[in-house]
Amino acid sequence: MRDVLLVLAVFLACAVEAVEALTIVLAIGVSRGWRSAVQGVTAGLLALAVIVAALGPALSFVPLGALRLVVGGLLLIFGLGWLRKAILRASGFKALHDEDAIYARELAAARTAGRARRAAVGDWYAFTLSFKGVLLEGLEVVFIVVTFGANQGSIPLAVLGAGIAVVVVTVAGIAVRGPLARVPENTLKFAVGVLLTSFGTFWGAEGAGAHWPGADAALLGVIAVIALTALLFVALLRRAHGRRIQESQSATEPMEVV
Amino acid sequence: MGALGRWLRSFGAFWWDFIVGDDWRVAVGVVAALAGTAGLAAARVPAWWFLPVTVLVLLGVSLRRAIRDAGT
Repeated sequence: MRDVLLVLAVFLACAVEAVEALTIVLAIGVSRGWRSAVQGVTAGLLALAVIVAALGPALSFVPLGALRLVVGGLLLIFGLGWLRKAILRASGFKALHDEDAIYARELAAARTAGRARRAAVGDWYAFTLSFKGVLLEGLEVVFIVVTFGANQGSIPLAVLGAGIAVVVVTVAGIAVRGPLARVPENTLKFAVGVLLTSFGTFWGAEGAGAHWPGADAALLGVIAVIALTALLFVALLRRAHGRRIQESQSATEPMEVV
Repeated sequence: MGALGRWLRSFGAFWWDFIVGDDWRVAVGVVAALAGTAGLAAARVPAWWFLPVTVLVLLGVSLRRAIRDAGT
C-alpha cells in the first residue's frame, strides 16, 4: 500500500512540475528553434539525475529513526506550503496558475532576446532558459524522490513514478503542440500537498518515537483526515472570499439619492 | 559585499524560499510539534495524535494570516 502511494505521490508531483517546465521549453523551442532548447533540457535532466544519484545513497547511511524525523519534518514544511497555496487558489484568494498566459509571456520575451553562441551551444539564451526551467521545476521532484525513496528504502520506485510522469507529459505536449493548459494543476497540487503532509506527519511522528495505532494502516486514516480538513478549509475560505467580493462591490456602488 | 558574499546570500535565499516558503512560522511550528511529540513519547504517553492535530491547527492559522494579509 505504501509503495502504491509513494509512486502516486511522486507521479503527481512530477507531472505538475513537468507541465510547468514544458511550458517554458515549448515557448523557447517554438520561438528560437529546438536544438539549443533540447540541449538545455538534456543538461537539466542530467544535473537532476546526478543530484538523485549522489543524495539517494548518502541518505541510506542515516539511521531510519533520525531519517524519518528529519525527512518527516521537511516533508511537512514542504507539503504544508503546497497545500496552503492550493487551498488559497481553490478558494479564490490567490490567482490560478495560467499556463497559456505564462506561455505567451515566455514567447514574447524569447522573441526579443538577442542570440549568442557559446562552445557547442548555438543559442545560449535558449539553452540556459530550458536548462533553468527543467532544473528549478525538477528540484522539487528530486526532493520528493529522494526523501520518499530513502524513507521507504526504494529510490528506484520513486524514480519510476517520476519517469512515468515525465514521459506522459512529454508525449501529451508533443500531441497537443502547446502548453497543457487543461491539466487541472491546482487539483493535482492539492492532492500532492495532502500526500506530502500526510507522509510527513506519519514519518515525523514515527521518527519522534510515537507509535501509530494500526501501524501502516494508520497512514490511510491520516490522509483521509488531512484531505477532509483541507476541503473544509476550501469551503470556508470560498465563502469568506464571496463575502469579501460582495462587500467591496457594495462599497463601490453609488448611493441611491432619495 | 563581494561577489562571493552576494552569491552566498542569493544561494541561501533560494534554499530558504525552496524549503520554508511563504510562512516561516509554519516551519517553526512543525519543529515545535515534532519536539512535543518526542516529549510525549519519552514520557510514555500516547503521542501519535499530537502531530496531526498540531499540523492542522498550523495550516488553519497560516491560512487565516494569508487571507488577513490579502485583505490589507
